[in-house]
Amino acid sequence: MLANELIIGLDSLLGEAARLKRDGYRFVTMTALRLNGTRTEILYHFDRELHFRHLRLTVTGDATVPSITPVYFGAFLAENEIQDLFGILFEGLVIDYRRTLFLETSIEPAPFCRFNVKRKAKSDSPAGEER
Amino acid sequence: MFSMTSTVLRNLVTRKSTRLYPQEVRSPFERVRGDLEREAANCTYCGVCAAKCPSQCIRVKKATATWIHDPTACVFCGTCVETCPEKCLHHTERPRPPFTAKDATITEGFKY
Amino acid sequence: MKVQTKDALRLKPRSVIPFGPQHPVFPEPLQLKLTVEEEMITEAIPVFGYVHRGLEQLCAQRDFHQMVQVVERVCGICSVMHAMCYCQAIEEIMAVEVPRRAVYLRTIWAELHRLQSHLLWLGLFADSFGFESLFMQFWRIREKVLDINEATAGNRVIVSINVVGGVRRDLAAENVRWLLPILEQVETDIRRLESTVIDDVTIRKRTVGKGILNGDRARELGAVGPTLRGSGVAQDTRQTGYAVYAELDFQPVVETSGDCYARCRVRFYETLQSIDLIRQAVAGMPPGDIAVTVKGRPQGEAVARVEQPRGELFYYIKADGSKNLERVRIRAPSFANMPSLVTMLPGMWFSDVPVIVLSIDPCISCTER
Repeated sequence: MLANELIIGLDSLLGEAARLKRDGYRFVTMTALRLNGTRTEILYHFDRELHFRHLRLTVTGDATVPSITPVYFGAFLAENEIQDLFGILFEGLVIDYRRTLFLETSIEPAPFCRFNVKRKAKSDSPAGEER
Repeated sequence: MFSMTSTVLRNLVTRKSTRLYPQEVRSPFERVRGDLEREAANCTYCGVCAAKCPSQCIRVKKATATWIHDPTACVFCGTCVETCPEKCLHHTERPRPPFTAKDATITEGFKY
Repeated sequence: MKVQTKDALRLKPRSVIPFGPQHPVFPEPLQLKLTVEEEMITEAIPVFGYVHRGLEQLCAQRDFHQMVQVVERVCGICSVMHAMCYCQAIEEIMAVEVPRRAVYLRTIWAELHRLQSHLLWLGLFADSFGFESLFMQFWRIREKVLDINEATAGNRVIVSINVVGGVRRDLAAENVRWLLPILEQVETDIRRLESTVIDDVTIRKRTVGKGILNGDRARELGAVGPTLRGSGVAQDTRQTGYAVYAELDFQPVVETSGDCYARCRVRFYETLQSIDLIRQAVAGMPPGDIAVTVKGRPQGEAVARVEQPRGELFYYIKADGSKNLERVRIRAPSFANMPSLVTMLPGMWFSDVPVIVLSIDPCISCTER
C-alpha cells in the first residue's frame, strides 16, 4: 500500500483520470504487477507539485482496460508497453502498436505474464496500423 | 560572433590534449578497477565471490580447487574483491588489454 | 478516399521516411517514421525495440544486492542516478538509515555524472548541426570529469559506487584537494565556451524557434527535466530534497521560450550549477561511516525518484520478503519525454529533425530497458 493511493474499478478509471487532469496533475507512469492467479494490478502514478497520487486497478485474465490516452496523451507508451509485456489489451489507444512496441508479434505469451491469456480470436486485422 | 575563433587560435598554440596511445600511456590512477587477479595461495575456494558476483562470471569448484573467471562477462564492479573473506582477490591498475578470443581464466589450485 | 482527394488538390506528395535506427546523429537506435509533405513533417511515429533487454525481469534471478549493478547498466551515462534511486527505494522499504557522509558522497558522484552527461550532450548537440569543433571542445572538457570519476570511484562511467545502505568508497581528503582545482579548470573551460553556445549566430539560426513546446502542453504530455524546464516550468525533482539537496542552495534553471535553444541553455547552465553543487557538498561533508550493514530481506512496496540529467527518474519496487524482488519498474526520463517529441515534430522542416530529436536528449537504452 503506497501513500496517497486510491483503489478504483474499471468503470471509474476514465472519470478519475479526467478529474486528476482537471486538478492539474501530471502523468508520471503506469506500472503493471502480476498477482497470484490470473489477476494483474495496474498502478497509475500522477504527480502535482512534487507530490504523488496513485490509482490502483486490479484486472483479471484477459480483461480489456479502457485507455487513458484520450485524457493523457503521454500515456500511450506506457500502455503499449503493458500490452507488450503483460498481454493486457487497452481499448481506444491513440497510437496502438498492437503488441509490437518492444517485441515481435510472434512472442506469445507475454513475457512478464505468469499465465496464458487466451486471445479472443485476434479478430481485428492489423490493417491501418502504425508500423 | 568571433568567440570560437579565439578558442581555435588558442588550440593552435597550446599542446595537444590527446596522446599517441600505444607509444604513450598515461599512468593509472590509484585504486582503479582494472583486471581481476587472484592470489591462489590464500584462496580457500569458499565460493563467496561466485555467489556475490552480479554478472555471475566466476565459478568455483571446491572439489577440484578450480577457480574460473570469465573476463568478458565481468563488469569490474569490485564486489568479489570486497566480499572475499581471505582478501586474495584484487584489481590491477591496468585495464585488461584487448583480446581476440573469448577466454576464461582457469586456475587449478591444490587441495588442502 | 476523402483524404486522397484532399491530397490531390493540394498537390503535395506525401511520403513516409524512416529516420534511423542507424543515423549519424543518433548514438542509439531509435527509428522515427516521419510522414512528410514535401519537406514539411506532418506526423512522427517512434519505433522501438532495438535494444530491449528485459532488465526489469532480471530481478527474478539476481538478489536485491546484485540488482544494484543490474540497474546501473540500464543507462551508460547516468548509472549513479539509477543505482541511487534503486537504493533509496529499497532503503525506504527496509527502513535503513543511511549515514550522512554516504548521502553526501552519493550527491557528489551524482552531480559529477550530471556534469559529464550534460557535457556529452552539448557536444552531441553541436555535432547534430555540424559544429564539429564545438563538439571536440566539450568532449575534451568532459574527459577531465571522467578522470575525476576514475580516480575517485575506480571506473570511468559506470562507477559502481552505490550499495543498499551507503556507498562503497570514501573520498579521501587528498582526493578532495586534488578534485577542486580540476573542477575550477572545468568551470573556466565551460565559461570560455559560453559566448559561443549562447550568442553564436549559426547556433541560434539552427535552434531558435525549432520544436516549440509550451509550458501547459509540456505538463500535459508528462515532460520531465530540461525539456520541461526549457518550457518555463520550474520543476526539478531535486526540489523534493532527497539525498542532501534539501541542504544545498540551488534554484532550478528555467527558460521560457520552449524551443531547442531554450533546452540548450538550460543544460548549459545546469553544468555550472552542478559544479556549484559539488563544491557545496564537498564543503559540507561531515566525517563518519560511509555505509551501514543491511540485514534481512525487504518486504513491502515503495516508489522513489531522483533527478537524472535527462529528467525525473522513477522507480517502483515491490518485495515479498524473499531474496529476489517481486517487481522492479523503471521509468526513465526519455520514456516520459517521447510523447513531447512526437508532438514537437509536426510542422517542422525535415532538416531540423536531428536537432529537435537531440534536444530532448533521447536515451533509448533507458526507454526500452
